[in-house]
Amino acid sequence: MDQGTLQGIGTILAITAFLGVCWWAFSSHKKKDFEEAAQLPFSDEQESPQNKDK
Amino acid sequence: MSSNVTTAGDEPVYNTKVVKQFAIMTVVWGIVGMLVGVIIAAELVWPDLNMQLPWFHFGRLRPLHTNAVIFAFGGCALFASVYHVVQRTCQASLFGSGLAAFTFWGWQAIIVAAAITLPLGMTSSKEYAELEWPIDIAITLVWVSFAVVFFGTIMKRKSKHIYVANWFFGAFIIAVAVLHLGNSAAVPVTAMKSYSAYAGTIDAMVQWWYGHNAVGFFLTAGFLGMMYYFVPKQAGRPVYSYRLSIVHFWALIALYIWAGPHHLHYSALPDWVQSLGMVMSLILLAPSWGGMINGMMTLSGAWHKLRYDPTLRFLVVSLSFYGMSTFEGPMMSIKTVNALSHNTDWTIGHVHSGALGWVAMVSIGMLYHLIPVLYKRTQMYSVQLINLHFWLSTIGTVLYIASMWVNGIAQGLMWRAFNTDGTLTYSFAESIEASYPGYYVRLLGGVIFLSGMLIMAYNVWRTVRGDEQKQVASAEVQAA
Repeated sequence: MDQGTLQGIGTILAITAFLGVCWWAFSSHKKKDFEEAAQLPFSDEQESPQNKDK
Repeated sequence: MSSNVTTAGDEPVYNTKVVKQFAIMTVVWGIVGMLVGVIIAAELVWPDLNMQLPWFHFGRLRPLHTNAVIFAFGGCALFASVYHVVQRTCQASLFGSGLAAFTFWGWQAIIVAAAITLPLGMTSSKEYAELEWPIDIAITLVWVSFAVVFFGTIMKRKSKHIYVANWFFGAFIIAVAVLHLGNSAAVPVTAMKSYSAYAGTIDAMVQWWYGHNAVGFFLTAGFLGMMYYFVPKQAGRPVYSYRLSIVHFWALIALYIWAGPHHLHYSALPDWVQSLGMVMSLILLAPSWGGMINGMMTLSGAWHKLRYDPTLRFLVVSLSFYGMSTFEGPMMSIKTVNALSHNTDWTIGHVHSGALGWVAMVSIGMLYHLIPVLYKRTQMYSVQLINLHFWLSTIGTVLYIASMWVNGIAQGLMWRAFNTDGTLTYSFAESIEASYPGYYVRLLGGVIFLSGMLIMAYNVWRTVRGDEQKQVASAEVQAA
């Protein structure tokens, strides 16, 4: 295998990995989990962050 | 609110002692490290200032400055925020409080050891990894304990999810462990002298694999973790896009590890490795800006808070500097641009745009949020002083980086100027002479930034002591 083929395979693997992460992050079945996780910085407070706007 | 969040009634008892210790030492080491920076900036303006004392020479104090600001100031800021954030977002008390105390005292002992050995000239001469082998072993012990405390707390979490800030912290802890062990491999010859296990170009590549990832994982991933907690917290709203933060995380950690060769352009390193490093550095712009935009957009709908909240301003302006320096970095990694910028003051300017503008300002914002939380005060002693500190930091940083841009480009152009007969137009000393105005402005910028740190120390001291805050002042700020 020459260097060009190796670089090509490397590029394809990197693109696949990137698209895989995007697909995983933006897939609809993860939506609820991520919304819950995004609230974690406020889990040590009694009030919800939406009420904190001055 | 979602079911995974525990109510305030059964809140765990957080370990705030170790967080307080690290937070206070962040202020102390920040002042020490930046003071050494101001001293060496003055030595460049007035070379006689070293008074012929070997331990007070620029060459000895410069590594002391970099180690103090990165590992003492930045390190303590990271320890404090990691220990605070992992407890709060996991709804669990810190795992192994004895071990956490060991990381505090161990880290302080390592800093003191660095402050003694570096001026004495004991150095492995590897940039940002100058400390000799016995201290390297101590760092390893503290770091492994740090990892045990962090991942132990993650494992005993009550929340279902692991918040994205902890992903960044986890990557930072693991990557720094791998980098430190890889680059510090050495053959000891005496108690305080060792030689690198690698030779020649390989040694240079290992060093800059370490060096650039010290930037990528210590000074970026770790502080991004800080950003992902403290920006939402201070803005009072969740991060703009949690999904973007996940893509940001994976893209950033996958790319940074390849960028090191851009420090070795036009060297004996094989051309294809240089080009690979350049391309990976260019692609890094995407995740860097994705993260910056994610942090900034967290304020969408709450921009008005910037008018009266200087703490939030610190955090947001730190993101602006992060965006600036992560644009500048990829640009400087382009080989033709690097041919102009390499070895000039432009590099120093770039580093400080990241170090003062991003790392220091996000840490300062973090402290102004954290100190009142830790000491159970409603806010810092004086909001006005935070505001003053904000402007001193911003003006100091801008003076610093602008003077180094001018110097760097002037030096680069002078070094590459040829006469028609092929001789050099300028001698090296002439480029030094041309740099003097920039050296003065840099010193001025450094002094201004340091004075802001002293104001913070006073403000923190009054807050910790529990002095009454100036109600009138904060009312004025609110009305403004």
